[in-house]
Amino acid sequence: MAFLDVIILLVKCLVLALATTTMFAYFTLFERVLLARFQQRVGPNRAGYIPLPGGRKLLGGFLQPAADAVKLFFKEDITPAMADKWVYLISPAFAVIPALIIWATIPLACWPVGGDGAVPQGGCAPAGGSNFLQLAEFNVGILYLLAVTSIGVYGIAIAGWASNNKYSMLGGVRATAQVISYELALGLSVLGVVMQASSFSTADIVAGQWDWWYIVPQFLGFVIFLIASTAEVVRSPFDLVEAEQELVGGYNTEYGSMKFALFFMSEYIKLVAMNAIAVTLFLGGWHLPGLYTLSQAVTDNFGQFAGSAVLGLTSLGAFLLKVTLLSFLSVWIRATVPRVRYDQLMHLGWKVLLPMALFNIALTAVLNVLIPDRYIGGGIAFVIGLAVVIGVAFFQGPRKPASEVTLVNEPASTVGVQG
Amino acid sequence: MLGEIIKGLGTTFKYLFKKPVTVQYPEVKRPVRERFRGRHELKRFENGLERCIGCSLCAAACPADAILVVPGENDADHPNSPGERYAATYEINMLRCIFCGYCEDACPTNAIVLEHQYELSFYDRKSSIYTKDMLLVAADQGHGEIPPVLAQIQRRPSPPAQIDL
Repeated sequence: MAFLDVIILLVKCLVLALATTTMFAYFTLFERVLLARFQQRVGPNRAGYIPLPGGRKLLGGFLQPAADAVKLFFKEDITPAMADKWVYLISPAFAVIPALIIWATIPLACWPVGGDGAVPQGGCAPAGGSNFLQLAEFNVGILYLLAVTSIGVYGIAIAGWASNNKYSMLGGVRATAQVISYELALGLSVLGVVMQASSFSTADIVAGQWDWWYIVPQFLGFVIFLIASTAEVVRSPFDLVEAEQELVGGYNTEYGSMKFALFFMSEYIKLVAMNAIAVTLFLGGWHLPGLYTLSQAVTDNFGQFAGSAVLGLTSLGAFLLKVTLLSFLSVWIRATVPRVRYDQLMHLGWKVLLPMALFNIALTAVLNVLIPDRYIGGGIAFVIGLAVVIGVAFFQGPRKPASEVTLVNEPASTVGVQG
Repeated sequence: MLGEIIKGLGTTFKYLFKKPVTVQYPEVKRPVRERFRGRHELKRFENGLERCIGCSLCAAACPADAILVVPGENDADHPNSPGERYAATYEINMLRCIFCGYCEDACPTNAIVLEHQYELSFYDRKSSIYTKDMLLVAADQGHGEIPPVLAQIQRRPSPPAQIDL
């Protein structure tokens, strides 16, 4: 039996790695099409389609990721003469492996197996059993997530250094500085959730959200987490690491072919993984109202296994839906907000987000002790958090005095009065 | 700051539901403007005779030195063009041509006209030489005194810039 368990575990690892890689490929398509629509373009629509009667084409471009992959595979693989060869070759792996292993402790869905079959309130793993759709469950899962997400920056920093290129070097240095700055706010915002759930285990945190999601009592933490995680995965508007206009492309300037593809992959997998972590911590993970009722009904009619399977698949769907919504938000923000300046980035990280995160921890601690009723306490925390976000945003905007602002639309009186 | 960001997000969200302005090029081709200078054509008179008399003024006017004209004597019984001479060889190197239209201006018989064809890609350098039989219009496509495109050129100012699709 133990041997069989190892085989199942290995197969699960393989499937998860392949699934995240495929998801990366299709996330690029998702992003390109959405960005195009935000800019009134149509996006990739040539590679592959499903023909419909009447000459109509369905899902035009759904093979675009495959075409991109083929293109990248066949590109010439160059190692710059002055690069530090071994470090140069190993850094893409440094970047992509942490991105892949982030997914291990995230409970993707709830498929209870083994044990006595009785699922505890809100939880998933029955006594003596486990959750089939969570690769690894251990009691410091959150610390693992934080550690692994920040290890990924080593790949970027090493790549910047090994390329022996000034722009790449600057990109790598920027990456380290940025990730260190936002790591604090990120960790502290997660700490609020940990205090709320009284556990470091991801499964426990999801189980604690069966009646209401932590976005309500931890609203402040959610906002901080969203901003800090965007900066942590060097995603627009915080993509100074690969600012094309300043750094030619940053740390991956000297990389081509599949080595570049690995960096690209790590970046996007990390982005989606961060969204998945946000869903796990704040948006109830795989919870959706009615899932338990549905699974109970199926169990009564078709037996234990069918009930578990239905719960597993529907909760996986709920989880993926939430991740997709957050990913849409990421693309939306990328389509809207321009890149911040470096001093603004540091200002936001150290002077705004860090104090806010500390305040959030203090607020959570005080409310948890003072108000035993979690609904009332959570409501108060939500109101205070909302007030803090609005207040800080109102007072912290880097503003110019009105006299220094150049208006795009001239006032009507000055139009047409030219020299 | 929050207000501005939300306003920006609202603007982009509004554009998400607008119709894309993309022209799907190989299927849909935008019409070019009337005075667009595309691929050259060698025109004919109404009776089918070639307009080109092999004078090489276009080759002399060409700033990119893209045109080669080798004149030949007309056979008196079966003339290619009115007058003594015609262009025995007429070649334009499309890699050199800058589509300035000076050849049109130089031509005394309005034989060479830059028309609206702009899909001029090729795979090797040899294909960039457009020879006389590629440039010459079909024998039944003669014109009156001035080809309509050149008649357009006389008109100033140019037609409105906006092209409706």
